[in-house]
Amino acid sequence: MHTGHASKRLLTGWGATSPSAATVLPAGTDAELSGLLATAGPRGVIARGLGRSYGDAAQNSGGVVVDMTTRNRVLSVDTQTALVEVEAGASLDQLMRLLLPLGLFVPVTPGTRQVTVGGAIAADIHGKNHHVDGSLGRHILSLDLLVADGTIHHLTPESPVFWATVGGMGLTGLIVRATLRMKRVESAYCVVDTERCTNVDDLLERMAATDDRYTYSVAWIDCLAHGLSLGRSVLTRGSSAPLEQLPAQLRDHALDFRPRQLATAPPVFPSGLLNRATVAVFNEAWYHKAPRERRGEIQSIAAFFHPLDGVARWNRIYGPRGFLQYQFVVPFGAEETLRRCLEMLSHAGQASFLAVLKRFGPAGRGHLSFPVPGWTLALDIPVGAPILNRLLNRLDEEVMAAGGRHYLAKDSRLPADAIAQMYPRLDEWRAIVRNTNPDRVFTSDLARRLEL
Amino acid sequence: MKDSLGNVQRVLVLGGTSDIALATVTALTRDRPGVRITLAARPGDRRTAAVASLVTVGLLVTEVDFEATDRTSYERAIASVFDAGPDVDVVIVAFGLLGDQEHAWQDIDAALELAQVNYTAAVGCGVLVGQRLRAQGHGAIVAMSSVAAELPRRSNFLYGSTKAGMDAFYTGLGDALASDGVQVLVVRPGFVRTKMTAGLDAAPLSQVPEQVADIIVAGLRAGRRTVWAPSALRWVMSGLRHLPGPVFRRLPI
Repeated sequence: MHTGHASKRLLTGWGATSPSAATVLPAGTDAELSGLLATAGPRGVIARGLGRSYGDAAQNSGGVVVDMTTRNRVLSVDTQTALVEVEAGASLDQLMRLLLPLGLFVPVTPGTRQVTVGGAIAADIHGKNHHVDGSLGRHILSLDLLVADGTIHHLTPESPVFWATVGGMGLTGLIVRATLRMKRVESAYCVVDTERCTNVDDLLERMAATDDRYTYSVAWIDCLAHGLSLGRSVLTRGSSAPLEQLPAQLRDHALDFRPRQLATAPPVFPSGLLNRATVAVFNEAWYHKAPRERRGEIQSIAAFFHPLDGVARWNRIYGPRGFLQYQFVVPFGAEETLRRCLEMLSHAGQASFLAVLKRFGPAGRGHLSFPVPGWTLALDIPVGAPILNRLLNRLDEEVMAAGGRHYLAKDSRLPADAIAQMYPRLDEWRAIVRNTNPDRVFTSDLARRLEL
Repeated sequence: MKDSLGNVQRVLVLGGTSDIALATVTALTRDRPGVRITLAARPGDRRTAAVASLVTVGLLVTEVDFEATDRTSYERAIASVFDAGPDVDVVIVAFGLLGDQEHAWQDIDAALELAQVNYTAAVGCGVLVGQRLRAQGHGAIVAMSSVAAELPRRSNFLYGSTKAGMDAFYTGLGDALASDGVQVLVVRPGFVRTKMTAGLDAAPLSQVPEQVADIIVAGLRAGRRTVWAPSALRWVMSGLRHLPGPVFRRLPI
């Protein structure tokens, strides 16, 4: 796949919308990366990992996109301190396969293992454990950043540039390496409790009351349910399984981690396949398939965290027009806003597979880091319905009025003025970027669209 | 930059007083006020009125002088708009002449003016805009062709011949630029009640600019390369093309 040569390619994010053309270069050595900055044209450079951002974050139309997946070595592992140094293109999948047998698990994992460490830092990703462990930035001890003048800076959390980079969407410079602290686990399994919640009030109450008993917590909401069932959902919460809780037959191989890819989705699905009717049937079946309540179930890490990774290129089921992910957070106390958003979505009947609701704990220190204490809702919506623009504009207004914000790694459609309102530290961040990236050598379609 | 729903941030209209182009700009920006629009047209009352109509729907409008019969003029106009940055998401190529068709095919000056504006200048602008969008790595061109481009008719074959050339050029340009992230949408409207057709008898399936605009916007967002307005004309034209010549020539169209 990596030929070592430049190639002009059309790139999109995971949502497969808004393609743009860029010269894709495989990341070479540090010196080569540094040299590349000098030769980059007026349209600049952005790093790209595994392309899991939904929107245009890893696109750079007319410019250079550096494919970081060629820099994917694990440089050092210290099992005593649980510290791991990796190149930015190493994926979380790779880290799990390599380190779970040693009893080390990534501190934060999103819904897919197929993201690079560099991309994960640039988006300051969060997982189901945000209420306990915060976002990824908290677990990064240092990172090496190539800045616009071609020098590489070793940054630690004492440096403001570090926090401008954590969540900075690759716009402070190019992340080359990072050291992160892994989490110790006794097994590659989780102990999971599953509960069905009849509506949104039931759900929020249960999460608020008992989330602190679990490391991981997530609810899947049926967005098409309405009336008294509005927000009906399945809440799954769990913690890493200690050895003594595993059944005997798993105990001998407790740290085995060999997730399999079951299939690859072919590029044959038409847009519009996922419509209100098909999704309603799916959601109904899924809700009733879940147990009313089940405690102490043992699930593999892959099944619990990454159910969609079983099908490669699952984004293709949305067809050629693609889809977008709408993810926002509203602060605690804005439960009414959350309810109104669910009502609007349910009323509009925009086909969405299950939406995901999580509770965020305290915010991290990244200037543009997404998580703030509150409720975060994420849903996938196929592109195509003419009403989508107006519906999402109205949701934006609700979110902003409640003091909430959107997640840049997911966004593909916000107007520029909204970002300034959602991220009050944007100007502070810009001041730092003026130093590390004065001529905007590092830029992306996202940066252009949002005028970051 | 265009977003995932096809909302845009900056639009250039070549032939900035075109009724269909103005309706298209309005439809394209309906859910997103504050878009930057540049109208390239001859200075004068019509341009001033066009600007006013877009300002009232919340758009940020600028003007640039543009004369399709003068290569220097359109080269300068296109360069100045792109050089002023930010990226241009959509360029609407909307200038064109209809003229008095019965006079034009018998008068060399009138005939060559039509060819110059509708074909030569359209090609020139297409080349220049194509280069710019290619360098950007994204963008779209809306090329206002006509159903007259598909089939020469006795009543407007000179106009049809210029549009046929223009249509072929932009269709091919779309293929050439696809790998650069640039979409070219060739639009083939039937009869539209506009300034251009004022005083003419409306043909069957006649429509207003807003109807054409909605079809253009839907086509842009769906990634189409050719649209007909109304959509049914695609099949009408296809049918007409297969009629025997003697039958076709007897039709009152």
